[in-house]
Amino acid sequence: MIWQSVKMAWKAITSNKMRAFLTMLGIIIGVYALVVLVSLVNGATTSVTDSISSLGTNLLSVTISDDKGNPYRLKDLEELMNEDGIEEAAPLTQTTATISGSLEEESGRVYGTTGAYFRIQGKEVQLGRILKSIDVDNHLNIAVITEDTATDLFGQINIVGENIKINGMSYEIVGVLEEDESATSALSSSNYEVYVPYTSLIRFVDGLSSNITSFYVSVTNEDDMDAAEANLEQILLERFNQDEDAFDIMNQSSIAEVMSSVTGTLSLLLGGIAAISLLVGGIGIMNIMLVSVTERTREIGIRKAIGAGRAVIMLQFLIEAFVVSMMGCIIGICLSWITLQIINKVGGVDYSLSLPVVAISILFSLLVGLVFGLYPANKAAKMKPIDALRYIG
Amino acid sequence: MIILENVSKKYKIGDTEVRALDHANLHIKKGEFVSIIGPSGSGKSTLMNIVGCLDVADEGKYYLDGLAIEEYTESQLAKIRNKKIGFIFQSFNLIGNLTARENVELPLIYQRVPAKERAELVELALERVKLGERMNHKPTELSGGQQQRVAIARAIATRPSLFLADEPTGNLDSSTGTEIMELFHELHAQGNTIVLITHDESVAKQAKRSIRIRDGHVEEVAI
Repeated sequence: MIWQSVKMAWKAITSNKMRAFLTMLGIIIGVYALVVLVSLVNGATTSVTDSISSLGTNLLSVTISDDKGNPYRLKDLEELMNEDGIEEAAPLTQTTATISGSLEEESGRVYGTTGAYFRIQGKEVQLGRILKSIDVDNHLNIAVITEDTATDLFGQINIVGENIKINGMSYEIVGVLEEDESATSALSSSNYEVYVPYTSLIRFVDGLSSNITSFYVSVTNEDDMDAAEANLEQILLERFNQDEDAFDIMNQSSIAEVMSSVTGTLSLLLGGIAAISLLVGGIGIMNIMLVSVTERTREIGIRKAIGAGRAVIMLQFLIEAFVVSMMGCIIGICLSWITLQIINKVGGVDYSLSLPVVAISILFSLLVGLVFGLYPANKAAKMKPIDALRYIG
Repeated sequence: MIILENVSKKYKIGDTEVRALDHANLHIKKGEFVSIIGPSGSGKSTLMNIVGCLDVADEGKYYLDGLAIEEYTESQLAKIRNKKIGFIFQSFNLIGNLTARENVELPLIYQRVPAKERAELVELALERVKLGERMNHKPTELSGGQQQRVAIARAIATRPSLFLADEPTGNLDSSTGTEIMELFHELHAQGNTIVLITHDESVAKQAKRSIRIRDGHVEEVAI
């Protein structure tokens, strides 16, 4: 019986293709918006969380907001490295400066740090070397720069030994970093980055004190991350008079958590908007189904006269609404897939159809078909055969 | 097989109440060919609706094949119509987007006859009305007489106990009308019960028994 109803629904739909298409359009657009938007957000989330976790899960970042008159210094970090579970620690301070090479002058970020920072962050040089502790101890004016800085300011990367000017002051380039695909580079606003010894940077920039307010710590063993973090917290608590608000320890997973909660909210929001358009599509179906029921009053009368009961008529119109919404849904999903393929081709990115969203949109379309088909179907089923037969349309 | 006892039916048209059937009594036996004749507004359509189980009487009792019709629900009435009654209407009442074959098949689908058996019954019925060649045509591609024959085939296919025809020749010219009437005679000759409703005396006379209805009253006419 259901198969027969599907066949009849198909006949009714194909006998007025233009109308069927326009009815489906609402669902097509709704499903399309839902699937494409949520897939894009999911794709972006995956790439961001991937790059965050590529930073390494053995990384802790510490921000000191209140030093209690007892500022953190480089020697404190050195002591920290002797603690259990902690491998290395590196300070990081930064400023914006005018950086000029032999070709160009650009505004960029200058970071003051130690050699440990490169090891903690997994940054490697393709030419030259990274910073050494002797550079830091002797306040040397040397710099490690990113590949972008080298190519844009000097026109080439083979520039170890040349000088780069930071706010007019000369620094000798000792190393050029590998291209960095991680999140810090993806999220940072400027491509021009220069790393100099911590001590050199604080000496020549006004307003930067030798007090460390931000540093990174790497953990000896990833599996002992929680123990190391607890140990670090204990040490810092002792250092800052047991005030746990004086500092903040973040690990990469908590950054990733914040990130995914942001994108989760975003996809919920976009999904919600798309769901509303699906709902509107459903109202479109109801509208057309009501017209169709009125138009086909006589047909309903004939069917009832020759033996179709309420349930049969109900089923027929309900399935018709179902078929329309499902076809719209399938077309919408196909269009979404094609769109994502085009975006991938053009943008050189890798967004895939989010399967949970496809499932949700199918379920939602089914629901929309059911809910908005119910009223017209019931209207058709309730018709009295003699009235329906007498109807002149 | 058809027994109406004191059947009354009232309609409200605006504020006035019309008594379409007034304590009508009618007995029709199995295998009879009966015509019901009356001018328009006489109540013959109401009688046809009640006999055809499309409507239920306000008062009185109607037995079809021994079933007390007023005791059934709408869905059960649909089943009774499906099994026991073959309708033939003045305006054919075929479904426009279905072919002749599909129109004839429809009541069998509602009876849940399996597909293979259904196809056989449909072909048999269409051949019987000499439309074997035009099974896959839609109603709009058929002449009025052919459409009416499809409608008759639709009635035949379910092998009903009663053929109920409402002005079956009303929309046809006289020669096609005669062809249709011949089909009814054939059906009658094969032992089917036929009730034919008309306002046309010449058509009514072709039946073996004629009943006149006037202002909701049923009277026997001697032929």
